[in-house]
Amino acid sequence: MLKLEPRPQPSAAMSLASPLIALALTTLIGVAIFVALGKDPLQGLRMFFWEPLRNGYALGELGLKATPLVLIALGLAVAFRANVWNIGAEGQFVAGALAAGWVAMQADAGSTPLIVVPILLAGVLGGVAWAAITAALRDRFHANEILVSLMLVYVAELLLQYLVYGPWKDPAGYNFPQTITFLPATQLPKLFTGTRLHIGVWIALAAVIGCWWLLMRSMAGFALQTGGIAPMAARYAGFSSRAALWCAMTLSGGLAGLAGALETAGPLGQLTPYVPVGYGFAAIIVAFVGRLHPVGIVLSGILMSMFYIGGELAQSRLGLPKAITGVFQGLLLFCLLACDTLIHYRVRRVAGLGVRGVDKEQR
Amino acid sequence: MSVRYPRPMLRRSLLIAASAAAAIALAACGKKDDAPAGAASAPQAGGAASGAAPLKVAFAYVGPVGDGGWTFAHDNARKKLEQTFGSRIQTSFVEKVPEAADAERVFRDLVQQGNTLVFGTTFGYMAPMLKVAADSPQVRFEHATGYKQAANLRSYDARTYEGAYMAGVVAGAMTKTGTLGVVGSIPIPEVIRNINSFTLGAQSSNPKVTVKVVWVNEWFNPPQETNAAQTLINAGADVLMQNTDSSAVLQTAEKNGKYAFGWDSDMSSYGPKAHLGSAVIDWSPYYIASVQAALGGTWSAGPGKHSWWGVKEGAIDLVALNAAVPAEVKARVDQVKAGLKDGSFVIWKGPIAGQDGKEVLARDKVADDAFLQNIRFYVKGVEGQVPAGK
Amino acid sequence: MDAWALLIAATLNAGTLVALAALGLLINERAGVVNLGAEGMMLVAAIAGFAAAVHSGSDLVGFLAGVGAGALMALVFGALAVYLNTNQYATGLALSLFGAGFSAFVGQNYVQAKLGPRPAFAVPGLADIPFIGPALFKQHPLVYGAIALTALLAWGLTRTRAGLVLRAVGESPESAHALGYPVRRIRLLAVVAGGALCGLAGAYCSVIYTPLWVEGMIAGKGWIALALTSFATWRPARVLLGAYLFGGVTMLQFHLQGQGVQVASQFLSMLPYLATIVVLVLISRNEGFIRANMPASLGRPFHPGG
Repeated sequence: MLKLEPRPQPSAAMSLASPLIALALTTLIGVAIFVALGKDPLQGLRMFFWEPLRNGYALGELGLKATPLVLIALGLAVAFRANVWNIGAEGQFVAGALAAGWVAMQADAGSTPLIVVPILLAGVLGGVAWAAITAALRDRFHANEILVSLMLVYVAELLLQYLVYGPWKDPAGYNFPQTITFLPATQLPKLFTGTRLHIGVWIALAAVIGCWWLLMRSMAGFALQTGGIAPMAARYAGFSSRAALWCAMTLSGGLAGLAGALETAGPLGQLTPYVPVGYGFAAIIVAFVGRLHPVGIVLSGILMSMFYIGGELAQSRLGLPKAITGVFQGLLLFCLLACDTLIHYRVRRVAGLGVRGVDKEQR
Repeated sequence: MSVRYPRPMLRRSLLIAASAAAAIALAACGKKDDAPAGAASAPQAGGAASGAAPLKVAFAYVGPVGDGGWTFAHDNARKKLEQTFGSRIQTSFVEKVPEAADAERVFRDLVQQGNTLVFGTTFGYMAPMLKVAADSPQVRFEHATGYKQAANLRSYDARTYEGAYMAGVVAGAMTKTGTLGVVGSIPIPEVIRNINSFTLGAQSSNPKVTVKVVWVNEWFNPPQETNAAQTLINAGADVLMQNTDSSAVLQTAEKNGKYAFGWDSDMSSYGPKAHLGSAVIDWSPYYIASVQAALGGTWSAGPGKHSWWGVKEGAIDLVALNAAVPAEVKARVDQVKAGLKDGSFVIWKGPIAGQDGKEVLARDKVADDAFLQNIRFYVKGVEGQVPAGK
Repeated sequence: MDAWALLIAATLNAGTLVALAALGLLINERAGVVNLGAEGMMLVAAIAGFAAAVHSGSDLVGFLAGVGAGALMALVFGALAVYLNTNQYATGLALSLFGAGFSAFVGQNYVQAKLGPRPAFAVPGLADIPFIGPALFKQHPLVYGAIALTALLAWGLTRTRAGLVLRAVGESPESAHALGYPVRRIRLLAVVAGGALCGLAGAYCSVIYTPLWVEGMIAGKGWIALALTSFATWRPARVLLGAYLFGGVTMLQFHLQGQGVQVASQFLSMLPYLATIVVLVLISRNEGFIRANMPASLGRPFHPGG
């Protein structure tokens, strides 16, 4: 019979291979689902893995979708490594979008394209402020950050609704819930004509480098992560867990807010009730599949974007149901978590010993 | 969480970079089969009818086709198109397209797949459709419930307020408590107009009715619609009306032994005892006309091209009236229908007063479309304030 | 007066939904396992229950299907988190995300389906008492079931051997293991039991509360249930009260709208979530209080044999 035996030390090779095995498993299950639904599995795979990479426009869309995912996931990676479970990134995303949108609405005919800078800064501050609420409640009152940040997601979404239905509504918009369309000066500069890709990509890459340096090379990052892995040791070494909490929350909040600002000043160009699309939650998967490592996050961000776009295409071209994207994303995370066990355990075949005997001991 | 070691990270990063490079190289090779079939074909002016390739028509829906309400009505009309035109057209649809940045990608893909007549069935598609329309001058776009047009994009809508009025006529006659309830979706002029028209219709049967409104702030959220309906019933309403898209309100009414109306589609099977009638939209007359025009080369758009069809054109109706509705009331509803059809009856004709009693429409004055599209006030008889209306 | 009676009745109905899930989560949290997958389990159970009820024509079959679905999902979670020692938070999140997608996927064919006429309930005799009758005695049997379950759990956790063992596993799994108790098996059973109750709650939502299926219909109640167990300090009676409080606030926002209160409806809709935060803060304020009541090993993996 097969048994799981703890390894003497975690396997580095498995740490590398685990996401790939998880992807392979998810793909296999995906093929089974396609067949069960009566669709050609090869066509299905093509939609997910080929079409999103096919031409310049497709790659631009891929980058456009990956940018917010990567940004948010970077912040979450720092937070999770510090054992701060910021589940409310979606709310911080919305808060950033609101702040950025407000600045964008202040633009007038005389504004120069430099207004993009305060717009993005406002987004960061909005996200930081929203995350600070959670941090403060945990710091002062020991309130669990998972629950508080999550409740604040709903509050942020309702606040957005209130503003676009009420004070911020476009007076020339026939009373529809939307703000004015932001002036062209506020639009993020595009990178290539023919795609919607904008400078957010560079910002995201800069954030990747910044987070990599923070986590892998800086003292502060070391303190953060130690606090996450071994809180007692961290305290003994003098690393403040309070500082870690605030650092983690504000960083992840700020990055999520920045992502919100980029979406608002980029593809959206106005605020509507449909600003929140679930990036804050998808980024959690991106962070884990990327092993909480900046480079891994870039790759898993691209993978997740392929799932999104592929799912859309599969629906539009093959008639597959839209919900299939969510199924694949959840499956990927499950498979990853299962495969991760192989980092700490190995599978051994045990012969001979009576099953009873082994069981009693290993209980 | 497993502990990380620096060196394997480097090895792994190289490996991953290499695979990424390989993937991109593959993608570059794939660029050759770039041109999608038929995307460049311009609409045949007059040529499509004579044995040429079928006209490709695509629909973008905001909800699932099975929602029993808004999207269901659109999809039924699409199926009627297939029946009417047979092999001359080829239809397809994409459902649950969010009213957000992603919609633009979907519309571009529909264009890429060779569709030359594209319908976007909700307000939130207006911005993305305008962008894609500007880039695809050879494709025709039709946008439902919007107010902006372009050289190749026009908008259309249905006079749902006529259905609301007729429902009101029945409601006013059937209420015993004199209080009616409306589960409101989103406080846009269309919905406020419907509430007002419902009230006006009810007042034609019973001048003393009052109407209470509870807002769900969404188009489709059955649990909240249930809560809202229950609240209205608790507050004394015994006939309910809705502007939301699910059958939850009707089912709640059935549970409580009250009356309600179906909305957008025939919902009578969801609450056999409670169902008084369904105010339905039939999009097929408009869709058939649009496809006909496209096939015949007479389709045209431009600023101001907005079609607003109602009972007269066959787009709106009140169906499946409950047997318990007295014959006299049914006759009055039929009278209203006939009057709307031949133009002899107008719902929004003065004197109509606002909540404060002041006249908003002078005696015998007929409201024009501009007035109707900007309604942000409640008429007399409706309780409460219009939410956040500026 | 009547309106208040009806409001109380509606509160009981709305609160039961969250109470059932929260009581389930209480069981597995007392054993030391936190399952963030409540939302996903409730969604899958909702569609499973609804579909089963549609096909069989029986509510009971629907409830059983919901319970089964919840238990099955919890089993997967338990296998990963208890036996393979994966990170409990991450695994729970994966369960939630997967459950959301899977339920939407399976549920598409049921968006237009409907159940038969919903029966009206009334406790004979008691339902006729003025005010109290309509307020308390016209509910679905599960509402009373939730109250009975609360009492059962409160008694069971403190007065039975099984309850004590469960709590021991949650407080100090190492000691329990040293005493010879099958810690992982107990945790797995607790997780499955918790999942079964979350499943019952999900089925209640789609079969009784709003007899419909729509994507995402649980709308965050799974997360609310998680919050509830925390700020009710893992005591069954407090969980029930907290659930009713939440149900009341949810209904209150519509009630206030109906009464013509001039606050923007979106702010009224925020009330349940803000209320949850406020109560959470109040309860957590005293760190010692929380620590004294929280199962000590909550969220931490257990390795038998060191």
